Amino acid sequence: MLLVNRYRPMMLILSIMAIASLLVTSPAFSASEKKPFKIGGIFAVTGPASFLGDPEKKSMELVVEQINAAGGIDGHMLEAVIYDTEGDPSKAVMGVSKLINKDNVIAIIGPSRTPTTLAVMPMIQKAKIPFISCAAGNKIVAPIDPWVFKTAQSDILAVAAIYENLKAKNTKKIGIISVGNAFGESGKEQLIAQAAGSGLAVTKSETYGAKDTDMTAQLTKIRQDNPEAIVCWGTNPGPAVLAKNIQQLGLDIPLYQSHGVASPKFIELAGSAAEGIMLPTGKILVAGLLPDSDPQKEVLNVYISEYEKKYATSVSGFGGYAYDAVKILAAALKNSNGDKEKIREAIENTKNHVGVSGIFNFSKTDHNGLSPEAFVMVKIKDGTWELLK
Amino acid sequence: MELIPWPELHAMDQSIMQEILQYLFSGITNGAIYAVIAIGFSMLYNSTDLINFAHGEFVMLGSLCMVTFFGSMHLPLVPAIILTIICVAIAGLVFERLAIRSVKHPEPIVLIIITVGASIFLRGLGMIIWGKDAYSIPSFSSHPPLDIAGAKLLSQSIWIIVIFLVASVGLQLFYKKTLTGKAMEANAISKRAAWIVGIPSKLMVMLAFGLSTAMGGLAGVIIAPITMSSYDMGTMLGLKGFCAAMLGGLGSLWGALIGGFLLGILEALGVGFVSSGLKDATAFVLLLFILYVRPGGIISSADANRF
Repeated sequence: MLLVNRYRPMMLILSIMAIASLLVTSPAFSASEKKPFKIGGIFAVTGPASFLGDPEKKSMELVVEQINAAGGIDGHMLEAVIYDTEGDPSKAVMGVSKLINKDNVIAIIGPSRTPTTLAVMPMIQKAKIPFISCAAGNKIVAPIDPWVFKTAQSDILAVAAIYENLKAKNTKKIGIISVGNAFGESGKEQLIAQAAGSGLAVTKSETYGAKDTDMTAQLTKIRQDNPEAIVCWGTNPGPAVLAKNIQQLGLDIPLYQSHGVASPKFIELAGSAAEGIMLPTGKILVAGLLPDSDPQKEVLNVYISEYEKKYATSVSGFGGYAYDAVKILAAALKNSNGDKEKIREAIENTKNHVGVSGIFNFSKTDHNGLSPEAFVMVKIKDGTWELLK
Repeated sequence: MELIPWPELHAMDQSIMQEILQYLFSGITNGAIYAVIAIGFSMLYNSTDLINFAHGEFVMLGSLCMVTFFGSMHLPLVPAIILTIICVAIAGLVFERLAIRSVKHPEPIVLIIITVGASIFLRGLGMIIWGKDAYSIPSFSSHPPLDIAGAKLLSQSIWIIVIFLVASVGLQLFYKKTLTGKAMEANAISKRAAWIVGIPSKLMVMLAFGLSTAMGGLAGVIIAPITMSSYDMGTMLGLKGFCAAMLGGLGSLWGALIGGFLLGILEALGVGFVSSGLKDATAFVLLLFILYVRPGGIISSADANRF
């Protein structure tokens, strides 16, 4: 008796623990009657491109959590395995190889950057696994690979949006200045390639270094031909330096920027020099300004409020790429039973999917699925955005 | 060949003149920045035989401290500048005390590798303190740009040139007129001889570190309004400053000045008359050429051929 008494507290604790563990594990047991769908994510969560990868990872986790809370897909829970590329192609290759060989995922979302995406594409082709990239570069979907899709708007559409605006103003001569990296080069290529079709002549095409402190020399050169507009292609902070230099030189030439600077940060950096600058942007930046008739307005508002509620930080324009990708994948997973070929086909046949970055209409010949309407043109006025019609 | 009528020719001449002048202004602005950074390299090399590859990171610290003091805390201009320079100099002294002086066998190559490590550390520190975003602050004064023969000289450029002149004249006076300055120079010429006549060599090295990083901080302060400050801005600036110092002749103050301005102006002219894509290449090819002809730099000091 004494013995039992002495051990009673111990027994009590043990039995409580046993019951508790049963309680905790039991829902998992009942759900895992069906094997969870494992999907891979690979983003530049840290490193110089973390402004892309961090919101992408968060958005992916957000959607996965929501889908699981709603009971999963056909009773299968989603399980996301996410690795960090640090924006480095060799780390991206290692991560994707782990996702395919070790984690046995059935689809992969990411990477965030064009160079990392291009680096992993050969493995995707070999493994035959559905893959939705969050990078912007057009090379990802041209030429088309059956397994590779992407959700980010490509610069082709951004250039088209700018040129439409220039054409409406009857502009004939433009000068281009672009940053000397992959983003700037790709933009420059598109700007020059599409110019003739819009009746524009590119008089000068200059470049600058991503860390340059002064661009008055390039502007002096562009000024020689009296262009009617200047188009700058770069990401912060270079374009802000350029805007300041234009103001300081007293150049009275309208300035167009790329979607690469479409964030409040640009207005903060350029200050008063930002006034009057026009640029194309995904609709997320101006969700509040959109008319109620806009088909994306509801999706945008839902995404923004969910994201800001969960993470208590303001939403960025980039997380939407992963949000759209997971949503499209989730729709394709329905009735697929995890069969990769079925998932691929379902993604390719996705029509009228209203997403954060635009309305997706994939087809055999279009694996980005967006039209120029994915972009709206905005003008910076009084330190904030104004929709251009 | 048809003759161009005189007024048109004159107008063309003028527009080319105006362009060249604009390139020069751009080059002088960048050149002054490179020169201030190069002086920092040269000063330290002079008294310690050390090339501080973390120098660019001290420029970054200066720029970001200025953002904090002038941009966020809205201190008046002069106190903000002084406070920034003091902060950066203290960081330099701490760096010397902890990372350089504590080395048991201070061979140049070991110390240089330590500075490379310090640069990575400082960049990380900058990222933790200020985050990954870029910052901008307004110009020191809001004068409209000066119009000289149609070319615009920005008000911040004038600030940069004036501050640069004050700093270099001040340094020159310090080295030639004050006892401490002379002691530092003596220490630079021969540590042993200076030690024999009672100059505290350790103190002089520390002072050299403080002064050199203070110059780096000053460079950061003057460029903060014209460029965007971020934790990773230092590397390229440090490299350009190092090139300027090499170009002019490592160890020589005048060499650093000449090298800095030459590099800045060549870059601007390279953009104007060759190609903006080849901007860095133009400057570096010339650097290679000059070093080939004069290995010690334009003003070569006697011991500059050591590296």
